[in-house]
Amino acid sequence: MKPKYIIGLMVVAGALAYLIFGGLGQNLVYFITPSEYFQQIDRYQNRQVRLGGLVKEGSLSYNPQTLELRFVVTDGVKEVPIRSSGATPPALFGENRGVVVEGRFQGETFVSQNLLVKHSETYQAPKEGWTPEQVRKLIEETQ
Amino acid sequence: MQLARSNQTNRLDSLTLGILGLGMVGAGVGFILAMGAPPDQSQGFVARIFHMHVPMAWMAYLASFAALGYSVAYLVRRKAHHDRVAAAVVEVGLIFMALALLSGMLWARPTWGVYWDWEPRLTTTAILFAIYVGYVVVRGAIEDPELRAKAAAGVAILGSINVPISYMSVKWWRSLHQTQSIDLTTGKINVDAAILIPMLINLAAFTLLFIGLVRLRSIIAAREAAREEV
Repeated sequence: MKPKYIIGLMVVAGALAYLIFGGLGQNLVYFITPSEYFQQIDRYQNRQVRLGGLVKEGSLSYNPQTLELRFVVTDGVKEVPIRSSGATPPALFGENRGVVVEGRFQGETFVSQNLLVKHSETYQAPKEGWTPEQVRKLIEETQ
Repeated sequence: MQLARSNQTNRLDSLTLGILGLGMVGAGVGFILAMGAPPDQSQGFVARIFHMHVPMAWMAYLASFAALGYSVAYLVRRKAHHDRVAAAVVEVGLIFMALALLSGMLWARPTWGVYWDWEPRLTTTAILFAIYVGYVVVRGAIEDPELRAKAAAGVAILGSINVPISYMSVKWWRSLHQTQSIDLTTGKINVDAAILIPMLINLAAFTLLFIGLVRLRSIIAAREAAREEV
C-alpha cells in the first residue's frame, strides 16, 4: 500500500477515535437522573429531555376516565412526579421497574409523551413452586 | 498456475456441505430446546427471543472481526482469495446483523414499549449495519478488482473499530438496552442454565452456518472470478 493511503487511513481512524472517545464519551447522555435534574433545574426547563429511574413503590395511580397515569420516578436520592397520558404503558411497566420517560418538565411535574420500560439482563425461570395458573398469568401479562 | 489454484477454491467440497448440514440440524435442535425452555420470571415467554437474538448479534460482531483479519491478510499478502473471503464474511454478516436488528425490534416492542429508540446500543448497531451496507456498496461501485479490494479492505478495517464500541456501549453510557447477560469482559453469566443451554446450542449452530455460508459464498465468488479471467 502506498504511504499516502496509510496516512489517509490513519487520519480517518484517529478522527473517528477522537470523536468516539473524546467528544461523544462525555456528551452522550441518553437520559438524566432526578438528582441531575435538581442540580440544574433551569437548564432542563421547557426542553425535550429523557429522564430515567425507578418507579417508586406505592406511587402509581391510573385514571381510566382521562387515561392519565401518574407515578414518581426516583434514583434513590431525589424524586420527580410524572404525568403520562395517551398510549397504554408497556406490559412490563410496574412499580420498582426501571423506566425512561421522554417529555418535558412543566413546573414541578414531568409530562411524559413516551414511556419506555427497561428490563434487567438476568433471565431466570420462575421460582420453584409456581403453579401453572401463575405461569399462565405471567404469559397473559406479557401479551 | 491460475488453473491449479482456482481448482482448489472453486469446488463445492463435502466439508462445506457438511458444515452447512450440521449447522441446520443444530439450529433445528436449538429451536426445539428453546421452545421447551422455561419462561423468564419477569418477561415471560417473550424472553425466548433471547435464544435467537444473542447468537445472531454475536455472529454479526464475529463477521466484522473475520473481515478485519481477511482484509489485513489481503493488504499484506495480496491474494485475491483473501479479498473474496472478506467480502463473503461481510455479506453473511450483513444478513445476521439484519436478523439481529429485526429480532431485537420484535423483542423491544412488547418489553420496552417501542420498536426502535436512538439509544447508544441501538445507534452503534445501526452504524455497524450501515458500515456493512457501505462495504457492499463500495464493492459494487468500483470496477477495478485491485482498487476494489483495497477500498473494501479499508472500509472493513475502519468499520471493525465500531464492534468493541457497540459491545461496550451498554456499560460506557446509560442506555435503554440492558447490559450483557453473558458478559465476555468479566465472565459473569446472569442466565439460568435451563435458558442458557438452548442459546449456546443455537450459538454453535449459527457459528457453523456462518462458516458454511462464508465458504459457499467464497466458492461462488471464486467461480465468478475464474469466469471473468477466461
